[in-house]
Amino acid sequence: MDTLFGITGKDFVITAYDSKAVASITLMKIGEDKSRELNPHTLMLFSGEPGDGVHFSEYIERNIKLYGIRNGMELSPRAVSSFARRELADSLRSRKPYSVNLLIAGYDTKTSTPALYWLDHLASLAEVPFAAHGYGAYYCLSLLDRYHRPDISEEEGIKLMQKCIGELRSRMILNMPDFVAKIVSKDGIRIVQI
Amino acid sequence: MDTLVSKYANSASSASFDNADNLGDNLSGWDAANQFALPAFDIPMVANPVDFLRAHTDASAENRIRIQHGTTTLAFKFQGGIIVAVDSRASGGSYIASQTVKKVIEINPYLLGTMAGGAADCQYWERELGRRCRLYELRNKERISVAAASKILSNMVYDYKGMGLSMGTMITGWDKTGPALFYVDSDGTRMKGERFSVGSGSTFAYGVLDSGYDFDLSVPDAIELGRRAIYHATHRDAYSGGSVNVFHVKETGWEFIGNYDVGELHWHYAAQPKGPVV
Repeated sequence: MDTLFGITGKDFVITAYDSKAVASITLMKIGEDKSRELNPHTLMLFSGEPGDGVHFSEYIERNIKLYGIRNGMELSPRAVSSFARRELADSLRSRKPYSVNLLIAGYDTKTSTPALYWLDHLASLAEVPFAAHGYGAYYCLSLLDRYHRPDISEEEGIKLMQKCIGELRSRMILNMPDFVAKIVSKDGIRIVQI
Repeated sequence: MDTLVSKYANSASSASFDNADNLGDNLSGWDAANQFALPAFDIPMVANPVDFLRAHTDASAENRIRIQHGTTTLAFKFQGGIIVAVDSRASGGSYIASQTVKKVIEINPYLLGTMAGGAADCQYWERELGRRCRLYELRNKERISVAAASKILSNMVYDYKGMGLSMGTMITGWDKTGPALFYVDSDGTRMKGERFSVGSGSTFAYGVLDSGYDFDLSVPDAIELGRRAIYHATHRDAYSGGSVNVFHVKETGWEFIGNYDVGELHWHYAAQPKGPVV
């Protein structure tokens, strides 16, 4: 099962996902992208039912991009998460709901604040200082409770993320090879070595 | 889903063409973009298509439809392009329905698709993909990329997710970007990769393929690796067998390399020394 992480800091959000693609007992691929850039300052991470994650996040991505093109300004991370929640909630009441868990990491350029939203497959939305989806959450939420501060620096944020991934590598029975970490800050979205 | 239902509540087949004078009117509203909309493919008019399918595919069902499931297919990129190798057995449960199935579907001279899961589903949807790729070519005066072709397939089958489609396929070909290989299945999963194996024998094929793989393999060595990986999978997987079909995807399009009976391959390999473990 996929693991997603997100940690907010002073002026950034760091996110990470394991890049495994699994089909029953076989590891099909390492290096699968489980994130989509919704606009220059908002990143969506997804896990859950195979296929649903990519289709749902690309659907959201295109609508958010369309909004940016039509209006010449980008939606804030809060507006993006609200839109995504509504789409997921509407889908939940359809005959074939999307079964996806999401993290939405953003940097609000208007208020200069980072934001992280946790959204599960039942469309409950919460703004949180840090978050995790999947089995990884069972190992790492306590660790994040213990070490996380809202004024954490980027360097510390990366260290904390490494601590979480280190814990998974040592305790999870599943092999957790490659995590991909991305930072969202005022400069946009970039990959960091973890 | 609800949009799907409303779409089919007014089926395309019920459109009136009985009056020849009206034919032109119908065509004047023809929109090229609609060609890429949902396919006009009827689903059973029942509350739950999945239960409907199950009732016709369970072992106890009357008029049972046999669905081909067991398979070994593989494809990998290497220095010389892409090798695609597959077995040829069709089985319905423990019954071997055929030993001479073509599991590599020739979509067009530059695109190949492989077949695992439901044989009919793969054949139907890959033929539909071929039609759409041809339309793309006619409209745009250039060949479709493998990425776009595989995404068309992925989007088409995703529209039917949860309705009982079963397919695990690899779409390969050569486009402007060079050789490309995508895995697409009926869950809606679509991913680019270097090396895939799909089907009940895939674990066995992976064992041989992964250990013998090197990007710099020569063309004859790569063909031999693909053929051998399928042979070993047919040896261990009861639902795979028959013969091995091998294809090589090159810049000039795909080339059929050969068909090798696994019975003959078995004695061929048995007579050969195994060589050092590398």
